[in-house]
Amino acid sequence: MALLDSIPWFLVFTSLGKTIFLVFLVVLPMVSYTVYAERRVSALIQDRLGPNRTGFPLTLLGFKKDFSPFLGGLGQPIADAAKFILKEDLTPGHVNKPYFWLAPALAMMPALITLSALPFGSEFMGVKMVVADINVGLLFMFAISSVGVYGIVLAGWASNSKYPFLGGIRSTSQMISYELCMGLSAVPVLLVAGSTSLSKIIDYQVHEGWLLLPITDGKLNLRELLLFLPMVLAFITFTISMFAETNRLPFDLPESESELVAGYHTEYSSMKFALFFLGEYTAMIAGSALTVVLFLGGWHLPFIPDGSHGPIWGAINIASFFGKVAVLLFFFIWVRWTLPRFRYDQLMKLGWLYLFEIALVNIFLTAGILAFTH
Amino acid sequence: MAYTVQRPKLTFAEKIYLPSIIAGLAITWKHIRRMLKGETKVVMQYPEEKWDAHMPEHYRGAPTLVKDDHDRERCVACQLCEFICPPRAIRITPGELPTESKFSKVEKFPQAFEIDMIRCIYCGMCEEVCPEQAIFLRKDYAITGTSRAEMVHDKAKLYEMGGVFDGLVHKWNPEK
Repeated sequence: MALLDSIPWFLVFTSLGKTIFLVFLVVLPMVSYTVYAERRVSALIQDRLGPNRTGFPLTLLGFKKDFSPFLGGLGQPIADAAKFILKEDLTPGHVNKPYFWLAPALAMMPALITLSALPFGSEFMGVKMVVADINVGLLFMFAISSVGVYGIVLAGWASNSKYPFLGGIRSTSQMISYELCMGLSAVPVLLVAGSTSLSKIIDYQVHEGWLLLPITDGKLNLRELLLFLPMVLAFITFTISMFAETNRLPFDLPESESELVAGYHTEYSSMKFALFFLGEYTAMIAGSALTVVLFLGGWHLPFIPDGSHGPIWGAINIASFFGKVAVLLFFFIWVRWTLPRFRYDQLMKLGWLYLFEIALVNIFLTAGILAFTH
Repeated sequence: MAYTVQRPKLTFAEKIYLPSIIAGLAITWKHIRRMLKGETKVVMQYPEEKWDAHMPEHYRGAPTLVKDDHDRERCVACQLCEFICPPRAIRITPGELPTESKFSKVEKFPQAFEIDMIRCIYCGMCEEVCPEQAIFLRKDYAITGTSRAEMVHDKAKLYEMGGVFDGLVHKWNPEK
């Protein structure tokens, strides 16, 4: 009985509730609808219509009419998922089986684990809206998200064929180079906020204004004005590294379908391929969420109080957080269908010769400004 | 002999990529905006919209048989179309008209007339070769079926699709 009493049941159940809410009600649907948005936005950019047919087949459930809202195609993600489940799951004979099976899981899981340290809302019914409010949240997210590269490397190596292998090699070098300047470009934020805890960084932004938009607290002093330039630099370098880190165009060299067939997941099919796909989009969401936390004030909107004033405000905070994430996701998609892919040496040059230096100088600049205005 | 490619001199703005990236984003945004405002012309939404109204006069759709204004089958089972058909899609079983028939002076009629629409290539040679102007290519283009048997159009189906063709046959018309 002493064992049962020693378990903090409230904490266990709220954490479980938050995890289920975050993963199954928000992030996974968001992933599938990001894929849908990707297809629709790419269609808009290329003067096409995109998937606009698939509705929800309510007639199967006994309703009189199928539900197809004015946009149409909203049932597409469900149809896609059903297709992936029904497809043959092929494991070629020439692959290294244990690693071949491990790789898709390794691509998907780290992206989901990073979400656990993410403060996606202020407070709801007195519960803090973060699954694990750890002091080193930022470091945790960096550490776990860089594990994601192992999924791609293992897939490339275990597939035992040339195109996946090239994709895996490219992804290794790309991620190693951009990991560095991603970490460095987040350092100015840590210097300003004075903490690696993501909740503390958001708290700072609630009181002092968003780092990228310091007027959201209604006042602007010399310190914020001077810090604006390094923050914009940090935001740009961070976003570019984020693109490289999540293998999005213009840095999708591991996949580069026009050169490497499909890169590291050439040999994969069915749900194993879908896991790579989901992992990529989950990483995208985690990355956008991290950008929102670091630079765009997290769940904070001007003139909206936090969740301690009532559950409605708490819900609005959560919605505003994911609204910001959705805007960033749209930006990701928009950039993807605008830019061509970088050449490999250009990518390396950009990472090592420019972004790395800019991020490094930016740290000293921020530190100098902070010392000057202290 | 070494051949040196002259690399273009880039300005600072070109070197840092960002201005051209923003210009590119502006271009794609223009496309998004024009699509959302409905200014871009997109493809026809097929089952709801059809291009029937825009179909040209000379369009060659499915071949059909026609009757004349006295409800007589124009086809006299001469089998010219069967012989000219390049993919051999047409099969005619000729028969003799009985003497008590109103049209007995025509002597022959097709007992069975089958066009295999899986074979048909819509070339229009049957229409061209027909001396009686009995077979015409109509504008039906969506010929579908759930079995091979369904795709073979028999006589009843061909007359149903073809309808009536009034007036003199060209070869009896002194004007032509």
